[in-house]
Amino acid sequence: MAKRVVFAAISFLLVAVAGYAAFYVAPTERTMGLIQRIFYFHVSSAWAGMDVLIACFVANLLYVWKRDSKYDALGVACAEVGLVFMTVVLITGPIWGHPVWGIWWTWDARLTSTFVLWLLYVSYLLLRTLVEEPERRALLSSLFGIFAFVDVPLVWFSIRWWRTQHPAPVFMGGPNSGLADPTMKKVFYFCVLVMHVFALFLVLERYALEKMKHEIDILKRELEVA
Amino acid sequence: MALLSNTATLLGKELRTEFRSRELLTTTVVFILVVLILFSFAISPTTEESREFGPGLLWLAILFAASLMLQPCFLREQSNDTLSSLRLAVSDPFAIFLAKLIANTLFLLLTEVLMLPLFAVFYNIPILPKLPLLLLVLFLGSVGISVAGTALSAISAQARMRELLLPLLLLPLLTPVLVVSATVCVALLDREPVVHWQGIGFLAAFDLIFLTVLWLFGEYLLEE
Repeated sequence: MAKRVVFAAISFLLVAVAGYAAFYVAPTERTMGLIQRIFYFHVSSAWAGMDVLIACFVANLLYVWKRDSKYDALGVACAEVGLVFMTVVLITGPIWGHPVWGIWWTWDARLTSTFVLWLLYVSYLLLRTLVEEPERRALLSSLFGIFAFVDVPLVWFSIRWWRTQHPAPVFMGGPNSGLADPTMKKVFYFCVLVMHVFALFLVLERYALEKMKHEIDILKRELEVA
Repeated sequence: MALLSNTATLLGKELRTEFRSRELLTTTVVFILVVLILFSFAISPTTEESREFGPGLLWLAILFAASLMLQPCFLREQSNDTLSSLRLAVSDPFAIFLAKLIANTLFLLLTEVLMLPLFAVFYNIPILPKLPLLLLVLFLGSVGISVAGTALSAISAQARMRELLLPLLLLPLLTPVLVVSATVCVALLDREPVVHWQGIGFLAAFDLIFLTVLWLFGEYLLEE
């Protein structure tokens, strides 16, 4: 219990520090101005969310293989947290896009595949609400999670056919990519780290909750039998 | 070899069941027809616009129709309680999927071939010059829809609200098929047709990838 409280305190403190760093430490970008600061949250949430969803896929695979309910709990925890982060990405994106591109939304590869990814995990959670029996729910949702995850790169490649408006990847996007300013770089990587810690905190909390729910379910059924 | 002979037997069973009543085929044909007509009421396109948007609308209609047509695929087995006997009858449960997805592909292709002339007439698009390639795209797209759809209909058949659930699970998953086949068809039906081999290759890759995933994980979908 104490450990959980300390971890919660640390992760909330880190998020506050990251907010301060993004607004006051990092220099203002030359062409985009203030609005560029949203980038520290937008990109770091996207990275953290994507990593959480990769963890969800691994948990789904492990469930199908091992059939241990803890992997199911991990899967649902990751799917929900990943969905929250992806929602943040989908909301902060247009806030940045409106002043910079002049439009809220465009159907380009990254935006569209993020949106389809979001939809797929919404369907994953919906599916879970519609299957009663816990083991069947765990198995079916894990299998759907596997199908959904395999689909994501395919969505991305299929939409690259259309002209893409999203800024060329800042990282790993060619020889001139990467943030030029060293302070910006430091703040950015700090934000990425913070978002990962925060995501881990949320996943662990949600995981503990799901396991508790599972135990209550078992106890309830024992009571019914008795 | 056992897989192939099992699949052939099961495919025969699927086709016999369908052609006894022809329920699925008739309803799907009428459904696509209704959707195509409603689309043209909604946007009343000119000839140029038809060329640009027609193929997309056709694929959207096919996708909607497929998400309805794939419903009974496993539901029928469940309401007749025949799934466990099917599983006992075959040595590899993948044969059940293979037979069902081949049958679904055939049904889809048949409805598409029936719809294509009507689509050409209503949307005023000449389809004959590039017909073989058009059929190839329809075939690859239908295989993709059937592979993913057969797998997901096995999932949705075991849930509540299954009629609503299947389109919800299936349609986002099929985004790549819709995007690529619509783009390839638009280019094929243009005044100066272009063949996007890259897109045709992509559709084949989609089919193969999902077929592999189904082959790897299919048996778990049928667990009792």
